Amino acid sequence: MFALRRDSVAYTVGFAAVVCLVCAIPIAGAAVLLRPTQAENQRVDRLSKVLGVAGLMSGTDELSRSEILERFQANITPRVVDLRSGAYVDSVDANSYDQRAASRDPAQSDPADENDARVLRVPRMGLVYEVKDRGAVKLLIIPIQGYGLWSTMYGYIALEANANTVSGITFYEHGETPGLGGEIENPRWQAQWKGRVVYDDSGTVTVRVVKGATGPATTDPHRIEGISGATITSRGVSNTVHFWLGPDGFGKYLERFRTSHGEKTS
Amino acid sequence: MMFDKKTRATLLDPLIDENPIGRQVLGICSALAVTTMLSTSMVMALAVTGVLIASNVSISLIRNWIPSSIRIIVQLTIISSMVIVTDQLLKAYSYTVSKQLSVFVGLIITNCILMGRAEAFAMQNGPKASFFDAVGNGGGYSIVLLLVAAIRELLGSGRFFGMKVLPLVTDGGWYQPNGLMVLSPAAFFLIGGLIWALRTWKPAQREHEATVHIESPAHDVPAANADDAARKRAA
Repeated sequence: MFALRRDSVAYTVGFAAVVCLVCAIPIAGAAVLLRPTQAENQRVDRLSKVLGVAGLMSGTDELSRSEILERFQANITPRVVDLRSGAYVDSVDANSYDQRAASRDPAQSDPADENDARVLRVPRMGLVYEVKDRGAVKLLIIPIQGYGLWSTMYGYIALEANANTVSGITFYEHGETPGLGGEIENPRWQAQWKGRVVYDDSGTVTVRVVKGATGPATTDPHRIEGISGATITSRGVSNTVHFWLGPDGFGKYLERFRTSHGEKTS
Repeated sequence: MMFDKKTRATLLDPLIDENPIGRQVLGICSALAVTTMLSTSMVMALAVTGVLIASNVSISLIRNWIPSSIRIIVQLTIISSMVIVTDQLLKAYSYTVSKQLSVFVGLIITNCILMGRAEAFAMQNGPKASFFDAVGNGGGYSIVLLLVAAIRELLGSGRFFGMKVLPLVTDGGWYQPNGLMVLSPAAFFLIGGLIWALRTWKPAQREHEATVHIESPAHDVPAANADDAARKRAA
């Protein structure tokens, strides 16, 4: 009798339903139970990228979670800034402010003007990391995000204290093709950015990823050699940097920083 | 003796004689992709073996209740659930490795070894035999993966499990790394060479053009026979 029933439509549908149900339990369980651990891993990974772009950790360093957090706390101060005025906002706790979450929240962000980086919403407040050395700001680390070929690329760009010279760039999350666009993660490609100059004399973002070979930063300060086989990703990186260092992104803050910093030193 | 003759054969045959990569030519995709470094290959080998054991045993346990019209999709559902759970576990407890393996953990689902063993073995045999079959095939896959990874890591980056063995020219040593070895085609050449070597050593592994099996999907056919036929179908 059982053998007969096994070929019936009702049995087949019932069996499929039971299999789905039983399989759903461990998947849902794993997803829910492990989420906090995974989120923490991602956060620590992101912080380690910040350390990397700040030059406080080399690519081969293998640090434990507590070492990363400790090194981060000792050297880096997160600051919340108002993107429209460029002023610091001290009323918001910088340690808990999440710029990515804020960009999704209609109460904390505005729709962006059409832009090449395909950024849809801009948060009203941005989160910058200031790297300090004996009390003085040595580097500014600006979060960047923009569209490459397949995906939104999330990363950081580090500027020297003149808020103009690039010290490094890094990406911590993207879905570009491994081996092609994915090479934006390659430290050797990222190393080219060091020493390039973001703004021209009139204050417009001029640094750009181009096709073909470029000279060293000293003689060719505004151009970065693109990744072969990844023209669209390279262009995306260029657009992303333009957007976030431009007037719609952190441009006003950087301008303000430059002025105040210049006054202090002169 | 711990195992009877049949169990020993189930366990040991897939290591060399019936190696899933060497003889059955399954699971090639991941063998090309993750074998640039021994550490990632190791995790991949463990993940595949783990998922294979779990899927073989659970499919074997319910083999008599699976309606034959939907058996493939049921196998696939079970396999993919286990792969997703494995992926989640790696993301939670071995984040760096899971980042290196990226999409390839998810792609275990499409690894033909899992479907092949489920369809060829677990559907016809009890959970205990299926367990040994999974261990054997997982082991056979791991051996090839680690062997290829060892060669590629050594020649491609002068390292063994991340430790420097051959001093590179770029670090002031004498070894000029072979750039081909870090790219996927290198694994093609290595696995191809390996299969050739295996079949020269054991001529029984050569395929004969005349052997064509026509199988009925009945569940009580002798295991070895069904095994062979299902492998041909899967390939």
